[in-house]
Amino acid sequence: MFKAIGKQIKIIWSQIVTLWLVFLHLFKKADTVEYPDVQPYMFPRWRGRIVLTRDPDGEERCVACNLCAVACPVDCIALQKTEDENGRWYPEFFRINFSRCIMCGFCEEACPTHAIQLTPDFEMAEYVRQDMVWEKEHMLINGTGKYHDYNFYRVAGKAIGGKGKGEARNELPPVDRRSLLP
Amino acid sequence: MFSFEVGSLLNIAVVLGAGLAVSVMMIWVERRFLGFWSDRLGPNRVGPFGIFQVIADAIKMLFKEDWIPPFSDKFTFVLAPMILPIVMLMALAVIPFAPGVGVMDLNIGLLWIFAMAGLASYSTMLGGLASNNKFSLLGSLRGTGQMISYEVFMGISILGVVILADSFTLRDIVESQRDGWYVVPQFFGFIVFTVAGLAESHRWPFDLPESEAEIISGYNTEYSGMKFGLFMIGEYIAMVVMALLMPVLFFGGWHAPFGLEFGTPLISGLFWMSVKAGFFLLFFILVRAALVRPRYDQLMSYGWLVMLPLSLINLLVTGAIVLYQAG
Repeated sequence: MFKAIGKQIKIIWSQIVTLWLVFLHLFKKADTVEYPDVQPYMFPRWRGRIVLTRDPDGEERCVACNLCAVACPVDCIALQKTEDENGRWYPEFFRINFSRCIMCGFCEEACPTHAIQLTPDFEMAEYVRQDMVWEKEHMLINGTGKYHDYNFYRVAGKAIGGKGKGEARNELPPVDRRSLLP
Repeated sequence: MFSFEVGSLLNIAVVLGAGLAVSVMMIWVERRFLGFWSDRLGPNRVGPFGIFQVIADAIKMLFKEDWIPPFSDKFTFVLAPMILPIVMLMALAVIPFAPGVGVMDLNIGLLWIFAMAGLASYSTMLGGLASNNKFSLLGSLRGTGQMISYEVFMGISILGVVILADSFTLRDIVESQRDGWYVVPQFFGFIVFTVAGLAESHRWPFDLPESEAEIISGYNTEYSGMKFGLFMIGEYIAMVVMALLMPVLFFGGWHAPFGLEFGTPLISGLFWMSVKAGFFLLFFILVRAALVRPRYDQLMSYGWLVMLPLSLINLLVTGAIVLYQAG
């Protein structure tokens, strides 16, 4: 009898303690981040909206090699290669369907010219589904993104207008194979 | 200025309007405080402090599809949600707010409130029954069992107050507490009444009829739109009635504590009454934020094995002391 009463008192006491401890939370600072008013700090390497960058000379970095499209696990990248009068390769169109993109960053890893890069922009909601498909003019930015000094054509051996064979950085002049004959 | 008189048209309008307004505002107050107590902010986007969340909720509820399931008993299905708010507003009518403020003054005021609370259980019962849904039926079954068993010692727990005040009229009960609140001599009665009041108004942790984790909202599973809204508003009115009944029965009603009276009796009475009722409203919300829901057998055994003996002993001792003092 007394044991049972003691047990009940213990139960009620525990409830009262619970009430008091929860009440004290009234004076604690809320954990809520009021998002649209308070913007969160985004890390530079955050994998968000995809951009196409330009090299330090202001030319398009993308050489339309299609490696990003191949690496993409959800096949959301579509592009078509074309060439300008100087022999530079560039994409005729470059299309990313952001409703499919899973922000894995494989395209960035695959890119040999640092052209395609992921940025910390994560606010990608749209009202119309078709607006999720972005073309090159939407994605091409006027900067170098995360890699400031890299210019593919300065280090690559490909000859383009204004830069012949053997004139790239760290590149030896081409060898005349016939002069090597014994 | 004009003088208030119980039952005048102005009085009825003010009490009804204020009661409904407070009940509706409780939607916002409850969500806000639940937020604070779980380290969140609660609804704070619509209007100052999020106060217009109520309007947003009401608009949402009014424009939702009002669906009556084809397999339900249509007449009862429509009738059930109406019972709860109507009955609870009728219970609100006998509450004495201040000297001269109140809708009616029945000499069986307390019994009236119990009758209305008893009728309110039909809302739960018919709602679950008419839905023709197994979970709803389970919910209404639970609700009915809970209401019947908790009403028993809810009644017994306040008999101590009735003995001390020698009246069933709520105004007399308040008036007889001028010199001392009944919470002191009737402490166990107060505890039992609080628990039973929570159970009567289906508040947490006694929301077993509609526990959404086990039986998906129980008796109101099939309800949508404003029919569900009526259930919800009815529950909030019940909560307000309980919070008003608590000071009337145990905390001296409109009497100021420690002689802190000011102004006219009307202003002071309304002020202290709302302060006390507000305290209990917040207490109910705190209980919801803190305590967990018991199992159904725990609820029942707790009611019959702990609460009923406690209230009976309380009644017995109170009666014995009153008889002894009377000589």
